[in-house]
Amino acid sequence: MDMKSGRKRPRVRWRTQDTELTFLALPTTIWYILFCFLPMFGLIIAFKDFKIHGGFLSNVIHSKWSGFKNFEFLFKSNDAWVVIRNTLGYNLIFIILGIVVPVTLAMMIGQLHNSKAGKVYQTLMFLPYFLSWVVVSAIVWAFLSFDKGIANQFLGSLGKDPVNWYMEPKYWPYFLVFMNVWKGLGYGMVVYLATITGIDSTYYEAAVIDGASKWQQARFITLPLMKLVIVMMFILAVGRIFYTDFGLFFQVPRNSNSLFDVATTLDVLVYSQLKTATVGMASASAFVQSVMGCLTILTANWIVRRVDRESAMM
Amino acid sequence: MSSRTQFESGLDKFNRVKTGTNVGFHLIFIVLSLLCLIPVIVVLSISFSSEDSIRNGGYHIFPTAFSGEAYHYIAQQGKLISKALGISVLVTVVGTVLGVMLTTSMGYVLSRPNYKLNGFLTWIVFIPMVFNGGLVSSYYINSNLLGLKDTVWALILPLAVSSFNVIICKTFFRSTIPDALIESAEIDGSSQLRIFFSIVLPISLPVLATIGLFLCFSYWNDWFNSMLYIDNQDLYSLQALLNSLMTNVDALAKNASVMGISYAQLVATMPKESARMAVAIIIVLPVAIAYPFFQKYFISGLTVGAVKG
Repeated sequence: MDMKSGRKRPRVRWRTQDTELTFLALPTTIWYILFCFLPMFGLIIAFKDFKIHGGFLSNVIHSKWSGFKNFEFLFKSNDAWVVIRNTLGYNLIFIILGIVVPVTLAMMIGQLHNSKAGKVYQTLMFLPYFLSWVVVSAIVWAFLSFDKGIANQFLGSLGKDPVNWYMEPKYWPYFLVFMNVWKGLGYGMVVYLATITGIDSTYYEAAVIDGASKWQQARFITLPLMKLVIVMMFILAVGRIFYTDFGLFFQVPRNSNSLFDVATTLDVLVYSQLKTATVGMASASAFVQSVMGCLTILTANWIVRRVDRESAMM
Repeated sequence: MSSRTQFESGLDKFNRVKTGTNVGFHLIFIVLSLLCLIPVIVVLSISFSSEDSIRNGGYHIFPTAFSGEAYHYIAQQGKLISKALGISVLVTVVGTVLGVMLTTSMGYVLSRPNYKLNGFLTWIVFIPMVFNGGLVSSYYINSNLLGLKDTVWALILPLAVSSFNVIICKTFFRSTIPDALIESAEIDGSSQLRIFFSIVLPISLPVLATIGLFLCFSYWNDWFNSMLYIDNQDLYSLQALLNSLMTNVDALAKNASVMGISYAQLVATMPKESARMAVAIIIVLPVAIAYPFFQKYFISGLTVGAVKG
């Protein structure tokens, strides 16, 4: 690199500041290579008969190719379909509720006459977002534990029999959906409220002069102007459709066996396969997750781009 | 809230929802707020309940027999707790500082339009947003190849950078730092490193605060990396400790011998249920106290992130 003369030449050349900026970006680039790109190459484990003895590199190099055998095992197991159904099913509900509920509430909270109260509500509703899933799991336990839980004491005071909540799969889809909405509501409201606050107030003034009702203003001004953010959140959510919040599905049901059919998603399956050392199947599951995740986000973006170029992410 | 509701001009006053609707909205938000607040209050009151009252009557929303024995017990045999607290604080502080440095430096470099490797580095940051190696290969790379298993670094390094944060920084630098400022510093002969550290960072406090606070909370709340990479109890964070207490309440009695009584004796006398919730409170309290003060930073930070670019 010829640094001194570089300064005087036109911008085509490599300049001193390019070297300096490269130096500045180097640590983060190394981080990306170690923690994001190396694992991508690690995906070949899915196609290998991988054993976990000895050094990692020599293992990868020396273990035999097994083709699609790991995938065969995965998809022949009955669990795989239940788990994929759960993952996609919960995510579909989460995507719909994760847009409808916060958008509605954000539009409502902006209408309150008393904006100080609105701020208090917003702060309180943001609280669950900052609790870890371990803490949330302790909270849920306080309510649902069989012999001490508040829910069963409440049933008892009504003269009803206690329910062993952690053994009853039929309630859990509702619990899990509720917990998801509960924890994410505050964050979602902030994102959408920020958009609403950014809308130029002259739109509303013009609408009032034209005699538009509050409902019409929401329908024809607020919602259309929120479209960009809503679509962006939608693409991001669809791109994560093969991933779930591991904490929600692992910590909250407390790994109860009787809840397997309703509370196990791909993330939980991958983790438990990893921990029980069925590495082949675990890596096949993880591979399905990564590749399908990539395909869904690109597809979602492609479709949005077709329909409305402006709203697309890339 | 919005400038519209604060702004009490005649038109705004006229353009309000009806009083009945307003009351209805308030009711809905009061119910929702309570749903978010009550669970934490329940945990707090269990932690202050006497062990006997829990054993006989179960958990209650308000303690039937008030008692500080859980906290007393924790303070008494605090070695495990103080160690875990130390790990949590260490990981949060080191992780936040490191994460902010890595994120902002990359964000700044990407915000320089004439930089030669801009396109290449943009891909480096962008690709992990849509594709990743998944849990299994990350686990093996981190624990075997990089040797992070059972070290504090396993709790710090994997969480340090997120592409989303890098893009927030890039957008912030590009939209708020005037090009002329950087150009004049270049003409004065400052190196890019110097420009970044002594000009750009000091005037970028809003974005530093947003990213720093989010990193802070994610480090403080992280339990997954502990569960994945940490087997050594000395390296348990508060979250990992609570996690093991949730499955096995007796874990607190681990250092029974230190106190000079037998394990069985200790297990019999310890306030198990309330101690569990007391640890949860030790985790939640700093967060619950801190975040309302910083909320305005998140909100401005998230708004910056929502801008496309």
